Amino acid sequence: MNTTRRQFSLLAAGASFALVTPARATPDSMKESIQAFTGGRPVTDGRIKFEISLLVENGNSVPLSVLVDSPMTKDNHVTRIGLFNEKNPMPDVAIFNLTPRSGRAQIATRMRLNDTQFITAIAEMSDGTYFSARSGVIVTMPACVEE
Amino acid sequence: MARALINVPQKAKRGEIIEIKTLMSHPMETGFRPGMDGQLIPRDIIEKFVCTYNGEVVFSAQLYPAITANPFISFTTIATDSGTLVFSWTDNKGDTQVQTASIQVE
Repeated sequence: MNTTRRQFSLLAAGASFALVTPARATPDSMKESIQAFTGGRPVTDGRIKFEISLLVENGNSVPLSVLVDSPMTKDNHVTRIGLFNEKNPMPDVAIFNLTPRSGRAQIATRMRLNDTQFITAIAEMSDGTYFSARSGVIVTMPACVEE
Repeated sequence: MARALINVPQKAKRGEIIEIKTLMSHPMETGFRPGMDGQLIPRDIIEKFVCTYNGEVVFSAQLYPAITANPFISFTTIATDSGTLVFSWTDNKGDTQVQTASIQVE
């Protein structure tokens, strides 16, 4: 079959688009990632103070902090804090492992944001329960576009 | 050896909760970005961060490409005894960089 000029240019455009567009996390793949983190156990809203800017100009470096309400004793402490996103290439952001020696369930870091989206923080307690908080961030210039 | 900035209070009271801040110089190349030749630049990220306090692990983290270049991590720990805190960053090729800080507990 002969390829017409129009078909060829369409194909070429499609091919180059496929090359530069990497895989993306979706709200569904974030759910899967959260399921893997919690082992499918129920997650309750609350007990977390999740701070991240509501509007950022540059998605390359967005500071955030998580503070979980917990006495941090041997019997009752936060064991892990997981961060998840919807629209970066990968749904996982980071997992922090805490111990009773942390004293306070508090972490801070900086993340990349590829798009305007919701970020979810999940805390795993030593009794096997899970709590979550989420926050939406509007990004005017996403990460991953600069060389 | 890349450079790391670590902020640990030099002195603390026994039982006090201290805040530790760490910044490691690292490109955190995601592996999702095409380079000038159109090929993806290979992934080069720090995957594991561990902090031990006099030999005991008090905090660790698993990082993914969504963490920024020059990863910043801040966390807390209880000042139990005078001694050494050892920080280690391990990348996806298995190379580990280690830095230490000392603390005086009164």
